[in-house]
Amino acid sequence: MSERITRDEVAKVAELARLSLNPQELEEFTSQLGAVLETAAQLERLDLDGVEPMSQPHPQNNVWREDEIRPSLDRNEVLSMAPSASEDRFQVPPALGESQ
Amino acid sequence: MNPTPTSITDIAEVTKLPSAAKIAADVRSGARSAVDHLKQVRANIAAADEHVHAYLHLLDERADKQAQAVDQAVAAGEDPGPLAGVPVALKDNMCVRSEPTTCSSKILEGWRPPYDATVVQRLESAGAVLVGKTNLDEFAMGSSTENSAFGPTRNPLDLQCVPGGSSGGSAAAVSAGFAALSLGSDTGGSIRQPAALCGLVGVKPSYGAVSRYGLIAFASSLDQIGPFAHTVQDAALCFEAISGHDKADATSLPNQLESSVAAVTQGVEGKRIGVIEELSGEGIDADVLECFHASIKALEDAGAIVERVSIPAAIYGLGAYYVVAPAEASSNLARFDGVRYGNRVDGANVMEMNTNTRTAGFGPEVKRRIMLGTYALSAGYYDAYYGKAQRTRTLIAQEFDAAYERFDLLMSPTTPSTAFKFGAKTDPMALYMCDVCTIPSNLSGHPAISVPFGVGEDGLPVGVQFLAPMLQDARMFSAAAVLEDHNPNSPAMFDGDTK
Repeated sequence: MSERITRDEVAKVAELARLSLNPQELEEFTSQLGAVLETAAQLERLDLDGVEPMSQPHPQNNVWREDEIRPSLDRNEVLSMAPSASEDRFQVPPALGESQ
Repeated sequence: MNPTPTSITDIAEVTKLPSAAKIAADVRSGARSAVDHLKQVRANIAAADEHVHAYLHLLDERADKQAQAVDQAVAAGEDPGPLAGVPVALKDNMCVRSEPTTCSSKILEGWRPPYDATVVQRLESAGAVLVGKTNLDEFAMGSSTENSAFGPTRNPLDLQCVPGGSSGGSAAAVSAGFAALSLGSDTGGSIRQPAALCGLVGVKPSYGAVSRYGLIAFASSLDQIGPFAHTVQDAALCFEAISGHDKADATSLPNQLESSVAAVTQGVEGKRIGVIEELSGEGIDADVLECFHASIKALEDAGAIVERVSIPAAIYGLGAYYVVAPAEASSNLARFDGVRYGNRVDGANVMEMNTNTRTAGFGPEVKRRIMLGTYALSAGYYDAYYGKAQRTRTLIAQEFDAAYERFDLLMSPTTPSTAFKFGAKTDPMALYMCDVCTIPSNLSGHPAISVPFGVGEDGLPVGVQFLAPMLQDARMFSAAAVLEDHNPNSPAMFDGDTK
């Protein structure tokens, strides 16, 4: 339908977003994302030359507060909610090697 | 008893609730206890939530403790606060310490936050009793609550219809008499649209007026927390209780807003109100427009000067929103990686574990938006999509500001249609169109309110939206209260005057 995004691009984006898609999902998402991007492409009709981009509604730069000592979150409570923890740390599978 | 009710009013055991203002007054005076009010909403929930599915989780112990503490304070001659004993429901994307907080996603099933959201602290210190956590579209992405991983919520006014979304559970809870007030979050219309579909008042405050500390982020430059209520006055009471600067949220503003509660009775005599042409004609159902035109007449009768105004960039809001919101969501939701909280699906290495966890944990709409956002932010497309969308936001804000040089308020219908049937909008783009009228004020950050006015051909409520200049939230409560006074219909599960 739409040429806005190809199946290969959707597959690449899914990999970057750490999502795995089956062939049917890949097909569906390609056409659905294409339709949304088609709507987004309507912005091309606007004359946006010289219009500043808005990243959020209030032009705040840096927001300062006093550097006060106060209690942080309870470490045990936080770690008790982690899928895996050991010796006061979050635990994950190996990051390097042992893959495949 | 009817075994298959078609609406909440068919369930005889459900009793109507007084306004939050009345509840607080009765609790403070000792006329009726907080414990007794809590008992009433619990009885309603027990009788009917199996048909509605507004709640995901009830806060039994915490609510009991708070209601008892409020009653003890009253007995001791203390004032528990402006929301004394008022039963309130919370959208399940706001953190309550040690209680389930799921965002209606499998990825957070079983997680219990180690802290309270600022709005939770503020509600409780105003005397409110938090009844439970309500259903939503997964991570607040949707307009029908059909995207919840735990099943949809039904519209209490017609159980065959959606309640709107994403804060559908919070809207349904108040509409069904399961709470006197509730909080939702509004990123593109997620409070105003379900408020319209469930016949309630819904408020999207100015960006920065309410702290988001403890609200699980969807799109940080758009998200705002706000109330659902049966009456404009109740909505104002709740808004005042939760708003104000918070050191824990650097985007919350230090500005002192004018009193919304005081504004409720101020009327619209001599006020200039602009009808946004682009959002009040094409694409809006005829029955909705009929109610909308009647609302204009009611405002004019009350002394307002209503004229048409053009905001040409408003119709580009949808296109800009579906770049900005997914872009921010794709970064915000990167934190759900199976490391610190929520579910994990194992893998041979970290990356495989991340991918397995996210693939199993997120539903299709969340995946769609994460991918859309990742794509829009990727090298080569950033300027074409994200850059243009950011510039469109500026254009919309400038056009609004120009209109406010001539007008005190702007208005439009809240939604293009009344509540629709389950499964009626399966194409994502068709569902996104539900938010065409509400999205522009999220992009600009301006405040907006939806108030019920009349019913459509199906007998279901129609919402009228008022928009106000930045931080002038109080103004829109005055206009909403005028329409409330002239609304030919009254809320189903509400007992009393709207004042």
